[in-house]
Amino acid sequence: MKKLLLGNAAAARGAYEAGVSFVSSYPGTPSTEITEECVKFDNIYCEWAPNEKVAAEAAVGAAIAGGRALTCCKHVGLNVMADPVFTASYTGVNGGLVIAVADDPGMHSSQNEQDSRHYAKAAKIAMLEPADSAECKAFMKAAYEISENFDTPVFFRLTTRVAHSQSLVETEEPAPQTVKDYKKDAAKYVMVPAAAIRRHAAVEDRMRQLEAFAEETDLNTVEDNGASVGVISAGITYTYAKEALGDKADYLKLGLVYPLPEKLIKDFAAKHKTVYVLEELDPFIEEHCKAIGVQVIGKEAFSLLYEYSVNNIRETILGEKRATLPADGDTPVRPPVMCPGCPHRGTFFVLKKLGLTVAGDIGCYTLGAAAPLSSIDTTVCMGASVSAAHGMAKVKGKEFSKKLVSVIGDSTFIHSGITGLINTVYNKGTGVIIILDNSITGMTGHQDNPTTGKTIRGEATKQVDLALLCKAVGIDSVRIADPFDVKTFEQIVKEECAKEEPSVIIAQRPCALLKTVKYTGHCVITDACRNCGQCLKAGCPAIAVKDGRPVIDRTQCNGCGLCVNICPFHAIKKEDA
Amino acid sequence: METRSIMIVGVGGQGTLLASRILGNVLLRQGFDVKVSEVHGMSQRGGSVVTYVRYGEKVCAPIVDKGGADTVLAFELLEAKRALPYLKPGGRMLVNTQQIDPMPVIMGNAAYPAGITDELKEKSELTAVDALSLARQAGNQKAVNVVLIGLLAKTTDIPFDVWTDVLAETVPAKFLEVNKQAFSLGYHA
Repeated sequence: MKKLLLGNAAAARGAYEAGVSFVSSYPGTPSTEITEECVKFDNIYCEWAPNEKVAAEAAVGAAIAGGRALTCCKHVGLNVMADPVFTASYTGVNGGLVIAVADDPGMHSSQNEQDSRHYAKAAKIAMLEPADSAECKAFMKAAYEISENFDTPVFFRLTTRVAHSQSLVETEEPAPQTVKDYKKDAAKYVMVPAAAIRRHAAVEDRMRQLEAFAEETDLNTVEDNGASVGVISAGITYTYAKEALGDKADYLKLGLVYPLPEKLIKDFAAKHKTVYVLEELDPFIEEHCKAIGVQVIGKEAFSLLYEYSVNNIRETILGEKRATLPADGDTPVRPPVMCPGCPHRGTFFVLKKLGLTVAGDIGCYTLGAAAPLSSIDTTVCMGASVSAAHGMAKVKGKEFSKKLVSVIGDSTFIHSGITGLINTVYNKGTGVIIILDNSITGMTGHQDNPTTGKTIRGEATKQVDLALLCKAVGIDSVRIADPFDVKTFEQIVKEECAKEEPSVIIAQRPCALLKTVKYTGHCVITDACRNCGQCLKAGCPAIAVKDGRPVIDRTQCNGCGLCVNICPFHAIKKEDA
Repeated sequence: METRSIMIVGVGGQGTLLASRILGNVLLRQGFDVKVSEVHGMSQRGGSVVTYVRYGEKVCAPIVDKGGADTVLAFELLEAKRALPYLKPGGRMLVNTQQIDPMPVIMGNAAYPAGITDELKEKSELTAVDALSLARQAGNQKAVNVVLIGLLAKTTDIPFDVWTDVLAETVPAKFLEVNKQAFSLGYHA
């Protein structure tokens, strides 16, 4: 039966049809739905791990034990899991192991634009890259065959446009979900130096075998249109090239992007006057071509930055420019904002008011960097708020430290904030750590985590007590506060900042988009308004100035009541629906 | 047939994703090859959102480039203006006249442009409706997306029932009546 499936859903379908029995991941756009779709198959064990490293280690264990295992992450998540991945390349597998990694060219929802293909080369792990949903399913199944045939983990690389596009997929019956026998084999699975020395040689042998496989696999295809222009491409960029050039070019489409074939590329290039390599981000394929002595045009004609486009390829290669209708004048930008009712708005309103330096982290609350809240000073990676604030405090001293806080979400704190907090305590640091506990992993679309008390399947489980956890690592002052009670919240932040020891404030209020959160009615600005502008400083999308005065848009307002608490003249009232 | 391209634009939270999924499944039922491209994550939080729907005998790229859209379905007026460069010259623009101020306008750093409807009328085959009022009339202001799918449906030769069948499979049963009403109001607008 043909279905319209998201690339990520098709990848999950492929895992199901391949008989995968274990999935462990940490959410990260644009990879999250692979795991969420796997959950829909009752026979696959799925879990959210606290971070990507734990997820990958669990998947490695599941594969060594004999099951087919999957772990999924976004490109920066692969940095977090790099340690186990590099050594899993040495141990190899028993049951197949696939690491799905979703890159984000154009940074739709990411802090950098790194190209994961370098990891394949660095870790000596084969990498497949599908171009649409049908290939997502087929390549996922092929990845498990390669994994078991060559005794290796396999990377499955997506980019945003493949992960988040839907296209047609023919579903098939699943293979039986078998778990192979496990035999103790210390020489293969215990990576002490004596064993690793031998395994490295095995890895190099495997690379030679995979290189031979790259020459003949039908993952790589040639499309001959009798053209003088040849295009070597992979993934989404192949679809752009095909759209732009049609049968005016021949194509070598690479489904296996590591290792890359040599003879196949040389033979293809020999038949063409001009050969272009079309690939977003780094010149990964291009450098391989040049290293094997094949002349190609790549980054001298196309950008290292952002996404490619059909128009750009058509213009550069064919010199054809498409007619467009420019809009008149300026079109104001519409950057993302915190939702109406977002609990983080209360926190950042207070931090901005107090003029604090704020070390930020990764989540919806990164939007606290945007105007008018403009609170956040730094954002680097998951967990870096707590540890970066520690470094700042050590360099700048006590007085600076009294005006310094770090903010981190509940899920991010468990991911890698807790280690930073232990560092601060152990090394006699100072500063206030605000855990933004909104009862869910928000930005990636509401995933449960160890602080929510529910598993990925919504079953009740042990819940991490954040306050107890912080006390256990040595934080003496742990306070819980509601960020919508702005007066009390402000007072608590002031008190904690004055202390010369590290302290934690848990800002507790659930995400406004959770089904359990039911704000009703809406807020109205009454005649008591003195036009002081305080309410506008909250950056609520429902409050705007009309004819010189703030007005609340009833279609946007969800009645959360934060503005009622902010208004110094009690001029905002809540009205029932 | 040549591949056709529809672009759905709006503000995060307006339900553009659901609209593109309904459209994609209707086209699938009509026997077309279909690709639908969405953006998830940060931009969904109240920012400009865009989904692309492309269909035909065989679709290559899932993305619509500047000058490539046969139809733009805009959930918000400013987003319609932003999408203009993506429309083929003479292409069809279906617009909800609702205005949602972006943060730079809220903060007073920019003005919401005046005269957008006139500009759209001059540069495209324009149909403008107040989908928010129609959604309220149907019983729920959140049904704006389904009103607009109804408006789009009217411009195709795909039968009414195919749309309502897919609608019934896509939306939760308890909201089906409101959504059917919303679809019908959009279709007959």
